Amino acid sequence: MTASQIIFYLISAFILGSGLLAMTTRKIFRSAIWLLFSLIGVAALYFWLEVEFIAAVQIVVYVGGIVVLIIFSIFLTQQSGVLMAKAPRMRVIFSTLSVVFGFALTYLLIYKNSFPGSGRPFEWSMQKIGTQMLNTGPQGYALPFEVVSMLLLAAMIGCIVIALKSKPEQK
Amino acid sequence: MNYASYIALIPLLPLVSFLVLGIGGRGRFKQSAGWIATFLLAVSAGLALFTAYQYFLVEGKIDGVYPTLTVLQHDWLRFSPSVSINIGMVIDPLSVMMLVVVTMVSFMVHLFSLGYMRGEERFSTYYAFLGLFTFSMLGLVVSSNIFQIYIFWELVGVSSYLLIGFYYQKPSAVAAAKKAFIVTRFADLGFLVGILILGFNGNTLDFNTLIQRLTDPQSPYLIGMTTSSFLGISMISWALVLVFVGGAGKSAMFPLHIWLPDAMEGPTPVSALIHAATMVVAGVFLVARMFPLFYVNHLSLQVVTWVGAASALFAALIACTQTDIKRVLAYSTMSQIGYMMFALGVSGYGGEAGLGYTGSLFHLFTHAFFKSLLFLGAGAIIHMVHSNEMKDMGGLRKYMPITHITFLVACLAIAGVPPFAGFFSKEEILLAAYEHNPAVYYLGLITSGITAFYMFRLYFNIFWNKPTEVHAHGEGTLSMKIPLIVLALATISVGFLPFSQYLSSDNRGFESHLHLGFSVAPVLIGLAGIGLAFLFYFKQNDRAAKVSGSLGALYKAAYHKFYIDEIYLFVTKKILFNLVGRPAAWIDRNIIDGLMNGIAVTTAELSNAIKGIQSGRVQQYALYFFGGVLALAVLFIFFW
Amino acid sequence: MNEIPVSHILFVSTALFFIGTYGLFTRRNMITMLMAVELILNSVNINFVVFNKYLYPEQLDGLFFTIIIITIAAAEAAVAIAIIINLYRSHKSIDVEEATEMKY
Repeated sequence: MTASQIIFYLISAFILGSGLLAMTTRKIFRSAIWLLFSLIGVAALYFWLEVEFIAAVQIVVYVGGIVVLIIFSIFLTQQSGVLMAKAPRMRVIFSTLSVVFGFALTYLLIYKNSFPGSGRPFEWSMQKIGTQMLNTGPQGYALPFEVVSMLLLAAMIGCIVIALKSKPEQK
Repeated sequence: MNYASYIALIPLLPLVSFLVLGIGGRGRFKQSAGWIATFLLAVSAGLALFTAYQYFLVEGKIDGVYPTLTVLQHDWLRFSPSVSINIGMVIDPLSVMMLVVVTMVSFMVHLFSLGYMRGEERFSTYYAFLGLFTFSMLGLVVSSNIFQIYIFWELVGVSSYLLIGFYYQKPSAVAAAKKAFIVTRFADLGFLVGILILGFNGNTLDFNTLIQRLTDPQSPYLIGMTTSSFLGISMISWALVLVFVGGAGKSAMFPLHIWLPDAMEGPTPVSALIHAATMVVAGVFLVARMFPLFYVNHLSLQVVTWVGAASALFAALIACTQTDIKRVLAYSTMSQIGYMMFALGVSGYGGEAGLGYTGSLFHLFTHAFFKSLLFLGAGAIIHMVHSNEMKDMGGLRKYMPITHITFLVACLAIAGVPPFAGFFSKEEILLAAYEHNPAVYYLGLITSGITAFYMFRLYFNIFWNKPTEVHAHGEGTLSMKIPLIVLALATISVGFLPFSQYLSSDNRGFESHLHLGFSVAPVLIGLAGIGLAFLFYFKQNDRAAKVSGSLGALYKAAYHKFYIDEIYLFVTKKILFNLVGRPAAWIDRNIIDGLMNGIAVTTAELSNAIKGIQSGRVQQYALYFFGGVLALAVLFIFFW
Repeated sequence: MNEIPVSHILFVSTALFFIGTYGLFTRRNMITMLMAVELILNSVNINFVVFNKYLYPEQLDGLFFTIIIITIAAAEAAVAIAIIINLYRSHKSIDVEEATEMKY
């Protein structure tokens, strides 16, 4: 077992463990922190996969952006130290059943399709990403790029409108 | 002479009157409605008289026969190469006579109504309906085709319905209109079935062709109809009896007469026009039109005879007990139509043997004049005393001399006193009955006596008897008096027409003789009736009450119209409603409704049961969704 | 590097996906539901990167999808938090079990 393998299994265990804790702990703030760890684990997995750019984006956007946002909203809406309500028992049972069943089904399919690697080296560079992202040619991603920018704009305006306090004189 | 050039105008002018007044009557012609309609009818009546003059006197016979001319013929609805419904006009002695009667009486009624209906709110509507009726009736009498008769037959029924229900604010008028409509429609069902049988077996709807085909004993059509039978009665008898049922319904023959007395709820001039002179004789007209067919079929002719005779006596008995003057006249009408019917029934065919036929139509002709005169006179009286009841009248001769004289003339005519019109026509009928069927003759004779009695009971009660306080406001306008006088003159004079020359069963005409010896019995019995009425009613006394008291049950039964209405009510209410209506309603309520409600209830309960799924809990939805996705994945991956 | 079979990495992503699903079903707090969604998105991202790297190394489409998904996740998180704040304002709570007005 090489060092690389050991590192992979450690990272995997870290991701899954912290993810599981994030989904089961009854303290919401801890839940957020476990989520943070899980996301960092994913970023580590990207580093291990040698796609450093994605790993960087993961850390910047998720860890630096989304988790912080989540923590802010926790501060806004929750009293500290209050345990979250439990789900009804039947809900838990059915959720577990369906999740386990779904996992079994999916992994069965993955296992049957063992996905042999191509063996060719994976080569990427920031330059290639940048060129193709903004290219309008056959392999270009300029249109999705623009669509996503529009989406971001719409989301931004939407957030503001939704979260806006309605004026008292309208009531 | 080309009749086509103007004869179509006779029915069309009343139609124009109907359309113009129906559309513009409420606004533009509100004031002039009556005069417009009366003028159009006057032209129509003039044309009808001119046609009669041309037909009988100028053109005359061709080869000894009055020709049957089809002046207009339009192929309207063709079912098969041989069968079609045509719209046409036929000129023969019968239709010409009817044209004259209908237009003349209608004109008189129009004129009379100018005064009688003055100030009515729906004055123009009244005239519009009169126009519609006159148009329909004229269309009926000139029909060339049995189905055309049916169409106009129904139109006549509708206008009668509209006019009976003219005072639609009165519940009794509405009920009477409905009753008339339903009873006649019930009878018309028989008529329609009869038409269909005749049309199917005769393979034509045209009168002349039909008569040709079904009177010749060698014709395959007639043999087909006599050999095939239903319930032991041959097809041709069924067809003719069913046609006669239609005629009996319209002519108020027993037992379909119950609508006629109630129909008196309509305005009195309408009763004069529709329920005395024209529409109710449509049944007689129909039988006369198809007389050759009836003549070769013994059974149907017997039915006509006995129904007619029974109605005549039956109605006369009821008429003796009624106190509403219009109802007396209504029963009298029914009785007289019974006369016409049995006269047709006892008639032979051709030459002198067809005396009954001629007598029947002669009586129709004279009856139209004196009965409409009676009704118009009654209208004038009602207009004056504002009541239909005899007890409110008496001694009116001083207040309304013209009405008095004309009414007396009409009463003498209907009682069969010479030399008034009724005498001649009744003589012919009784003579025909005497020669062919003595039993019917004696029935007719008795009826004739009773007729004289109740007519003079009416006359004495109105004009003599006790004096009455009347807030006299005159006898009515000139337009009300003129029709009375004209009709009275007609009643006196038309009896002298050589009617049998013009109208006979084979259209050849014959010389009828007055058998003075024979007339003695009917005239005497008529005079006896009058005398009895004089004794009872000339002065106020209690003789009548005593006699009616001693008659007891018979009087009571007659007073209650022999309980025919009650029998009908029993049949419809008790039997039809309870035995048919109730179960049908039960099935409708429980089975049909139950089925429908069951569907609704099932749906509602099902949705109640499953609406819990819509809990509003997002996560539950997500779980359902996820389960569905998994199930579909399994289905597609492993089982497809 | 080649010693790790692709299916092992896919195991991680699948497991992460179903952990997220479980959280989505059982957590009643809306913020934690949002977290579960983030986990699910991350598992998908891992899949894209892995497939790109091992099966189609000549192309970069997997990376682009990952980037786009991260972007959308950010937008989605922002919108979700706006909704959460609104819900909190109207219900004084962000428990989804208490926001069940839209039922039968």
